[in-house]
Amino acid sequence: MGRYSVFAVAREAFRNHTGWQRAWSSPEAKRRYDVIIIGAGGHGLATAYYLGKNFGITNVAVLEKGWLGGGNTGRNTTIIRSNYLQDPSAAIYEKARSLYETLSQDLNYNVMFSPRGVMMLAQTEHEVRGYKRTAHANVLQGVTTEFISPERVKQLCPIIEIRGPRYPVLGALWQARGGTARHDAVAWGYARKCSEMGMDIIQKCEVTGIRSEGGKVVGVTTNRGDIDCDKLGVVVAGHSGHVASMAGFRLPIESVALQAMVSEPIKPCMDVVVMANTVHGYMSQSDKGEMVIGGGADGYNNYTQRGSFHHIEETVRALVETFPMISRLKMLRQWGGIVDMTGDRSPILSKAPVDGVFINCGWGTGGFKAIPGSGWGFAELMAKGESPLTAGFGLERFREGRFVDESVAAGVAH
Amino acid sequence: MLILTCPYCGVDCDETELGAGGEAHLKRHGPGSTDEEFESYIFQRENPRGVHFERWRHAMGCGKWFHAARDTATLEVFGTYVAQAFEPPQEIKDKITAKRPGWTWRDVA
Ligand SMILES: Cc1cc2nc3c(=O)[nH]c(=O)nc-3n(C[C@H](O)[C@H](O)[C@H](O)COP(=O)(O)OP(=O)(O)OC[C@H]3O[C@@H](n4cnc5c(N)ncnc54)[C@H](O)[C@@H]3O)c2cc1C
Ligand SMILES: [Zn+2]
Repeated sequence: MGRYSVFAVAREAFRNHTGWQRAWSSPEAKRRYDVIIIGAGGHGLATAYYLGKNFGITNVAVLEKGWLGGGNTGRNTTIIRSNYLQDPSAAIYEKARSLYETLSQDLNYNVMFSPRGVMMLAQTEHEVRGYKRTAHANVLQGVTTEFISPERVKQLCPIIEIRGPRYPVLGALWQARGGTARHDAVAWGYARKCSEMGMDIIQKCEVTGIRSEGGKVVGVTTNRGDIDCDKLGVVVAGHSGHVASMAGFRLPIESVALQAMVSEPIKPCMDVVVMANTVHGYMSQSDKGEMVIGGGADGYNNYTQRGSFHHIEETVRALVETFPMISRLKMLRQWGGIVDMTGDRSPILSKAPVDGVFINCGWGTGGFKAIPGSGWGFAELMAKGESPLTAGFGLERFREGRFVDESVAAGVAH
Repeated sequence: MLILTCPYCGVDCDETELGAGGEAHLKRHGPGSTDEEFESYIFQRENPRGVHFERWRHAMGCGKWFHAARDTATLEVFGTYVAQAFEPPQEIKDKITAKRPGWTWRDVA
């Protein structure tokens, strides 16, 4: 696979772009791998990449039932920030955010990381107090963030109506080096590097069973036959519950549909990301000019990638009060993804009850931002049996009551 | 839009009229139970992709709790029944078995 560079672009321009190669190969599965990862979303692919890059483990297959990046990774609103409340969260999200800063160079693939700044509006007294507390915690954790005044909010994002009356803006938590990235490119960039290292990414390969002998995993059953492995990483987001049941264990996870939508493209009017958690809406403007809007999650289990219709109205209604100028915008597309929710709104990166099986899930509504850090830590956990980044996120925390409670912190997880 | 029939007042309710109460028929462990039992009761969920039993509340109506049998993959509703039940009525089980051959009560747990 050739290197992408300005010279490659120039060279291809002279030969009518006939020399571009496929970004990854599509091999048939071998009989056996050292490591199998189920799920070619961002987290699965990043895990495979860091297994190879940091630990030299390259006899790896990533099995994907659909197409790579077609799950939540390709459906999210791409908000990246790391100003969480609890120490374990700040550590893994900040690791991820800092890896995003140089990810394009590292992968030789433009993931379009745009640290344009993320602001989380405080629209109630409780949010003001909550975000100030988070800002203080972040100081101690070494995460750069600040609580800003309504005037500063207006300065940074002139299209916001800060006076209310229903949702007055009382301030905001502002992370200047937060932002967005191109979601597909993150999956594609990791996939290309994995393939380059000799790993097999096998699409349209659905895992239908997990085989173990004497309490230890020996392989998986798929619609393309049995494949053996020493270690198995389950990284399937909303599908974690029923994939875990194939290995005979249950998880503290509920799968629900979360929605997003985009408007027709308009001229640049907003160069920051704004999250309004009280009204449950998020907005940023894509490079194409579309307003990218994240909305509500269903309150009940759902595996249809759609979500309930009434959330569209609720999200748009709330955002129109905060951003009056969008009231006449037409919405182009709406979609949903199946998010994996835990009780404390923190992820699970853990050894599973079956020997050799590791599980990475529970990222829920906010795991895109975590992809590089999660892959980094989970690869270490799979290779060495432990990792400082994942230590706080073990499955046993639910039994032991050691929650990494982010639900009280923000009330929402993005 | 999910529509469930309240078994008490017989109203066909839009989901906006209802409160979702999560997985039904969990075994409630009390004082003296082990950590594993508490973990199972409080946190572990079947979260199936398919037939599922849930607790719902007719929040904007009679206010009562009831049960619903649904398919989480197709959003088909098999029926609703009263809260005072440890398992779904035979009639609903039969209906599910007819529509999902091979399905049996509690085959996942
Ligand atoms: C609408 C929406 C908006 C969001 N907005 C944000 C945001 O702004 N910021 C943020 O940080 N996060 C956001 N998220 C959350 C984020 O998208 C996810 O946390 C993250 O993408 C999860 O990545 P993943 O790799 O774990 O899962 P996925 O990308 O879903 O990948 C899992 C893969 O596993 C595959 N799979 C499942 N079962 C099997 C099987 N049996 N065999 C083989 N393969 C299987 C699936 O096909 C899928 O491709 C949002 C999510 C949604 C739905
Ligand atoms: Zn009723």
